Amino acid sequence: MKFGIAVFPGTWSERDCAHAAHLAGQDSVMLWHKERDLRGADCVILPGGFAYGDYLRCGAMARFSPLMESVIDFARRGGPVWGICNGFQILCEAQLLPGALVRNSSLEFRCEPAWLRVENPTSPFTSGCSQGEVLEIPVSHGEGRFVADPATLDSLERDRRVAFRYVRRDGSPVGDASPNGSARDIAGIVNERGNVLGMMPHPERACEPLLGSVDGMRLFECVAALLNGAGTFATAASR
Amino acid sequence: MIWVADVVVMLKPVVNDPQGLTVRDALHRLGYADVSAVRVGKHIQVELEAVDDGAARASVQEMSERLLRNPVIEDVHIAGIAQRSVAA
Repeated sequence: MKFGIAVFPGTWSERDCAHAAHLAGQDSVMLWHKERDLRGADCVILPGGFAYGDYLRCGAMARFSPLMESVIDFARRGGPVWGICNGFQILCEAQLLPGALVRNSSLEFRCEPAWLRVENPTSPFTSGCSQGEVLEIPVSHGEGRFVADPATLDSLERDRRVAFRYVRRDGSPVGDASPNGSARDIAGIVNERGNVLGMMPHPERACEPLLGSVDGMRLFECVAALLNGAGTFATAASR
Repeated sequence: MIWVADVVVMLKPVVNDPQGLTVRDALHRLGYADVSAVRVGKHIQVELEAVDDGAARASVQEMSERLLRNPVIEDVHIAGIAQRSVAA
């Protein structure tokens, strides 16, 4: 399979994502923001960074780029789209995911290890994980506080669309140790069909023992295993 | 005619504004004990060509909804719109 990795002016995590894809034994191609061609990508990654300088709001400009028109079409047809950090912000601005990401409650840019509890291992992106498993994947953001109105939050919980929640290392509630103050400690969510995932933490930064954790590789391997299994992603997504 | 619109974008009242709270606390430290709340927003100035005030306003309204605000978290209003004064 092949990952397509979006590159906007200001994106900085694209090579880390390509490296993680390579470690997972998969190909990747870069997708320039001015192009519309997804170059045969089986899964599109919107990586971390500061697309268009995060001007106006994080993700607000990227949403209207030529590439994003194609990505939005691809996602609506059920294609897997994975937004990491700035990519999550872009997905919310593009209304492919509900809610928004605003300034961390601490007002600090937080770059540190985080622990994520897998809330729904039937989601295609987490299908290799087990329920309640805790992954160590770092965060690196200043605007990662997930907010949405209470009705939206309730529907995310009810439909099991919360992919990951921040917890402490031992899996207990994160409380004051939340890196950003997100509503209900939400670190990542999926869309209704399950083919679009947005998450603030950076799995591509947890892909080698040298980096302190290899837990991020699990997600790259999940996506690769599904997509190499002859297009079972859509089937998995509709479960 | 050239018009200049002043657009103000504010976080919705239900969205916590840590920047505003920090500024409020700083004002308290400076002795302004009577300050009860501060919220921080954005002031965006848009210069555009339009036939009249109504057309300018309608156009800015549309831009505000499409790009200038995120309706999930922000409110927007046009604080003022005026013909650009001729350069002296």
